[in-house]
Amino acid sequence: MNSEQTIYPFAVKDCALIAIATGIHVQNLRELKDKLLTIHPGSIYYHFWGSLLNPRFEEPEFNNDFAAWTYHALHDPILAERLAVIDPTEFADIEDLRQELIDVIEERLYEIEYVPWSKPDQQFHFIRSQIVVFDTHKRITEPKELAKILPSLSTGSIFYHFIDARRRTKEKIDDFRAWLKGFGDTYADLCSLIAAIDPYFTTLAELRQKLSQLFELYFGGK
Amino acid sequence: MGVLERYAEVAGPDVIEHLRQLAALLKGMKVIHVNSTRKGGGVAEILQKLVPLMQELGIDAKWEIITGKEEFFKCTKSMHNALQGNPINIPEPWFRIYEKTNEENAERLCSELENADMVFIHDPQPVPLLKFCQNRKGKWIWRCHIDISRPYRPVWKYFKNFVTDYDASIFSIADFAQPLPHPLYIIPPSIDPLSEKNIELEKEEVFSVYKKFGIDPELPVIVQISRFDRFKDPLGVIQAYRLTKKFIPHLQLVLAGGGATDDPEGEMVLSEVQAAAADDPNIHVLSLPPESDRVINALQRGADIVLQKSIKEGFGLTVTEAMWKGKPVIGGNTGGIRLQVINHHTGFLVDTPEGAALRIRYLLRHRDQLYTMGEKAKEFVRENFLITRHLRDYLTLMVAISYGVKERIELG
Repeated sequence: MNSEQTIYPFAVKDCALIAIATGIHVQNLRELKDKLLTIHPGSIYYHFWGSLLNPRFEEPEFNNDFAAWTYHALHDPILAERLAVIDPTEFADIEDLRQELIDVIEERLYEIEYVPWSKPDQQFHFIRSQIVVFDTHKRITEPKELAKILPSLSTGSIFYHFIDARRRTKEKIDDFRAWLKGFGDTYADLCSLIAAIDPYFTTLAELRQKLSQLFELYFGGK
Repeated sequence: MGVLERYAEVAGPDVIEHLRQLAALLKGMKVIHVNSTRKGGGVAEILQKLVPLMQELGIDAKWEIITGKEEFFKCTKSMHNALQGNPINIPEPWFRIYEKTNEENAERLCSELENADMVFIHDPQPVPLLKFCQNRKGKWIWRCHIDISRPYRPVWKYFKNFVTDYDASIFSIADFAQPLPHPLYIIPPSIDPLSEKNIELEKEEVFSVYKKFGIDPELPVIVQISRFDRFKDPLGVIQAYRLTKKFIPHLQLVLAGGGATDDPEGEMVLSEVQAAAADDPNIHVLSLPPESDRVINALQRGADIVLQKSIKEGFGLTVTEAMWKGKPVIGGNTGGIRLQVINHHTGFLVDTPEGAALRIRYLLRHRDQLYTMGEKAKEFVRENFLITRHLRDYLTLMVAISYGVKERIELG
């Protein structure tokens, strides 16, 4: 059977994110925990991933906004470290991630004698986002074409296909692997290499560079 | 070369291609921006750039202004200050003038505004227009450029009545927003890398500006560019300079800001700063005329370090400008400065003149660190605070609003 004939071309999409203030803000750790119980899942997603597409420093001290706020506004480095180590890719969905956050904060609340609080001008503002996904009308039929196109993809495309895909696809993997798996075992080794790229502790521009290098190396000799 | 191509050279071709793709979804859309002045101030500055860029991307964008008499602007100036937290009681007749002026402007602009697909109303001055455009067909968005997180309540209570009917609001950062019964979008401001204030300058031009003001570009220079305002803490900057000078005797300080003709307190602060600096020829207090963008550009470019030691600040675009010129910034730990000065990476956040002095000394003694931080600062601005990002946010918002406030909008 020629499996490649049944595979749809890879549709290159792009996306842009716009942040929306929820109007919900907290000033101390207990308030943070309480609001986390009910906050819209999109807000938790945003505070873990959204900053990749929004103002963010290339070498962030903390990879999620909860850890950064705990450190800079609540001055609790212990909790900041515990929150920073939470890797959202390890959780099946946002609800599991929400529970982990709450557990870590609750544990800290049991340990400490007082509830840490921030100055009024350093409150934590819950933000959510809207994502607009649009078609670039570029289509790829051969995997090796990805090597050519990857360096010129926008960071929005990288976000959509490599980050956003994980909450969109059935197997919770990136779109590149999801598509390559359609070719059977032909690209199993390439898929393993893609899987080894850590999507969290980096920037979108770096991810684009890593993916481009990987595809170029893989298809360079082929 | 088109305007977009010129931006591609600075921001990168992928960024411009992304804008083109996004704008394709909005082709032909009739968009109108409304504010109260074509010249002067940050809002006019940004619209002068944003509107032509939108047009080049195929959007039918226009820019209209409302006009009014002196009393109207007196009222809106007071309102502006009250919304930012100053307890100013505005006389009742002034509110009537505010509404009447908007009604008069609506008579002139209404048919156009009512037919637009999207209307952006900038700042408080033209906000009541919506009430007088009852047959509007498009979406109306209020773009608030100021910090209204702690408004003077009586004025906010009055003003809020006009804002609640809008389809959405835009604030520069989440901290500046007020709860309203519609989506509150967050769009940080930006700088234009091709403007007189930010464009690359030849070394000779920078030197000639320094020479003109009697500053030696070969000796260490620290610069703060800001209005003479207590919140910018110019006296604290002088104190930091004096503390540093004990260790770096040839240090020079430049405090430069725009004229303060409409601000009596500004004149007072300027006098205090001049008095504090009087005994030291290495402190240069420059009160610059309004059209000094290129001079400010040169002063920032020639500096070793730029300071923005504010004790209260909005977003702080002077910080963005300095960072774009590859300068580390020592900034007050407040407001939007915190979003830009990443402590120990793009500069230092400080709370006191002593803290500022310590960081100035450190950076002047560790030149390698100074250059590395400056480079990081520039890249941080390139990624996050250029006008191309600002435009992308506007386009995204326009698509998002057109398709309803859903978390996810998949098109095509």
